Amino acid sequence: MQKQKKLASFEEAVLPHLNAAYNLAHWLTRNDTDAEDVVQEAYLRAFKFFGGFHGGDGRAWLLAIVRNACYTWMQHNRSPELTIPLDDELHEIESKDLNPEALLLQSADTQMVRQALEELPVEFREVLVLRELEEMSYREIASITDLPLGTVMSRLARGRKRLQLALTNQMHAEVLS
Amino acid sequence: MSCQKAQELIHGYVDGELDLVRSLEVEQHIHECEICARAYRSQTTLRSFVKNDSFYYPAPEKLKKRIQSSLRKEAKSEVTQRAFGWRWLTVGASLAFMLLVGVVAWRLAPRSIRPSGDELLAQEVVSDHVRSLQMPGHLTDVLSSDQHTVKPWFDGKVDFAPPVKDFASQDFRLYGGRLEYLNNRTVATLIYQRRLHYINLYIWPSEQAGSTDENAIQRQGYNMIHWTGSGMNFWAISDLNSVELHEFARLVQQGPL
Repeated sequence: MQKQKKLASFEEAVLPHLNAAYNLAHWLTRNDTDAEDVVQEAYLRAFKFFGGFHGGDGRAWLLAIVRNACYTWMQHNRSPELTIPLDDELHEIESKDLNPEALLLQSADTQMVRQALEELPVEFREVLVLRELEEMSYREIASITDLPLGTVMSRLARGRKRLQLALTNQMHAEVLS
Repeated sequence: MSCQKAQELIHGYVDGELDLVRSLEVEQHIHECEICARAYRSQTTLRSFVKNDSFYYPAPEKLKKRIQSSLRKEAKSEVTQRAFGWRWLTVGASLAFMLLVGVVAWRLAPRSIRPSGDELLAQEVVSDHVRSLQMPGHLTDVLSSDQHTVKPWFDGKVDFAPPVKDFASQDFRLYGGRLEYLNNRTVATLIYQRRLHYINLYIWPSEQAGSTDENAIQRQGYNMIHWTGSGMNFWAISDLNSVELHEFARLVQQGPL
């Protein structure tokens, strides 16, 4: 039967990427139940549009849908201040002072890193999660986030800079206290 | 390599995204420059922190069950909708008959009122352009802003050598290339970027000698310009406004002034 066939091939192509979908949704929503709801919604949407999927990378295809579902969720559920306007360069950090902190960084603990990553603006958080946890290439990230390749690169660089600064600041605070 | 350049490339280097030549250059520089070596080390340290298995949230088992059951429900309701659709079958049949009559009439009609070859090609170009932007990763087969990477890529893939030029200084940046099937043959496609707009430029050898003037068409909100010159057919399409697309077409034909 047609429907069984569609369901079976959908489950085969897309269901194996459930962990990737949930991981991304969790990092974007920062909450268990919301991540579950968003992922379920994304799967239903993906199933509806499965006709438009012509093979290839099921993970990237699904993650683009999950990301969209997350952004829709964020628009409805969060105050806008959490997505920082990108041209806001007020907090842009110069790299000059960061390098000598490499040693200090080495003693950052896991909880501290997790928190620093969670507190990054979502635009930086998502590229870092896709790159470091999902191990995706720049090109895959560009297709998921629908951004030009150059923007992906600069967001990764800026995200890492921010993360590094957040961590070194915390380390300083700890040393001083 | 300057320190500034090295620092710019360090992320690409750490991520394994540089081509071999660049990668070796950065490596060489890191060996020679303590400041950049330190920057590199702090990137790898930071990276080892973030790449922490405990940061990965695996989906709970119950979520998988929940999704599977909601998918089954969804699939069922799609089928019900389809069954309901049977009622429309009679309507469909009459429509099909009318279509058939239409096709026969069109076949019998004098050639002059049928869509011309250009018109059919324009439709093909529009749908190819839309498809190229819709599917992730479909826009390019070779992703590079370097004309000396893109041009050889076409070698052995098509039986002609498409002219590949970068117009980055005129703000039309070469973005990559890919193969397409258009007008019943394999054509070379170059992708250019202007701000957030992409331009697909389709190129294939022309059967007739000589050149034709630019022809501008607009379909479904896309601007297209096509022309023949230097033995090749060119079709450019974009959502860019027609003035800038003309500027692009002129650059392709004449090169930068």
